[in-house]
Amino acid sequence: MAHATHADAAPGASTAHVEGQQHPIKLYLVVWGWLFVLSTFSYLVDYFHLQGLLRWSLIILFMLLKAGLIVAVFMHMAWERLTLIYAILLPPLLVLVFVGIMVFESNYTLLRRVLFFASGA
Amino acid sequence: MAEVALRKTQDAAARPRHWRVVASDWASDQTAFKNVSWGKAMMWIFLLSDTFVFSIFLLSYMTVRMSTTQTWPNPSQVFALHIGGQDIPLILIAIMTFVLITSSGTMAMAVNYGYRRDRKKTAVLMLVTAALGATFVGMQAFEWTKLIMEGVRPWGNPWGAPQFGSSFFMITGFHGTHVTFGVIFLLIIARKVWRGDFDTGRAGFFTSRRGRYEIVEIMGLYWHFVDLVWVFIFAFFYLW
Repeated sequence: MAHATHADAAPGASTAHVEGQQHPIKLYLVVWGWLFVLSTFSYLVDYFHLQGLLRWSLIILFMLLKAGLIVAVFMHMAWERLTLIYAILLPPLLVLVFVGIMVFESNYTLLRRVLFFASGA
Repeated sequence: MAEVALRKTQDAAARPRHWRVVASDWASDQTAFKNVSWGKAMMWIFLLSDTFVFSIFLLSYMTVRMSTTQTWPNPSQVFALHIGGQDIPLILIAIMTFVLITSSGTMAMAVNYGYRRDRKKTAVLMLVTAALGATFVGMQAFEWTKLIMEGVRPWGNPWGAPQFGSSFFMITGFHGTHVTFGVIFLLIIARKVWRGDFDTGRAGFFTSRRGRYEIVEIMGLYWHFVDLVWVFIFAFFYLW
């Protein structure tokens, strides 16, 4: 029963799921091209030895654009219902809290090491 | 069948909008993920848990790198290759990135042809994806060999902070394992597609249930995830 209902239980979705996801092949080729371009850009950041804030912001920018393209188009997240999008994409944001905690912790560890092990090491 | 009719009318009656969709879906006491089969939902949830695993690897890498008093080896030089009389920084990693992105592209097209029930093209594209994945793992094995020959160990290396080795082997090793398993499953499913299992409704080996072309999309989700993780590893480990 569950399987029978599956195919036509798609009201309210942004696209009609006739059978699975149907998009023109061209869309994938365009995204593929963009991923190539963005990867080249991030490689060039390293190649031209960009440093400091410029380097970090460019790396993060290209990384997020690539990740966004993969998740949205290749993994078809752009055409899923909001419920699934929220359930999958919101929890990883909590990792940022963990990042904050560990940055704090690392700075503390480094400070202790500098204060007590600076001569030895 | 009455169930279907009932559900349809309920859905059509009062359909909430925007974020209210989320609340009503979760509260509907039925299937929270409408129009997503259990297989696809479970793959997404597995990928979510895998996201946390890789997050924690990258976080521990961040922690050791931020807290060490020794200089971190410069990845740009460590991963340089000597080609044509000069050192080209990170070139192997760049090629690996392009290989993996290309495999994601062929996988996405395999999913598409699967839903068009073009089993020949689907199987061929999946085999191409598997071949690219195997190429990636091969290049990673080459990179590991090179670094081990140069004296990189999980407890030390010739260039600086000893934590470099453990972070490198742990993160790329775990990712490479994911790629390897992906290749194995790609081959298994490509064989099923080629044989026409999803057209004839042949029963699966373990489950004895009839497979559908959706399995290609579910496999694709895993494969794209592996590519996605590499995007983050490339940015944080190799470029930072």
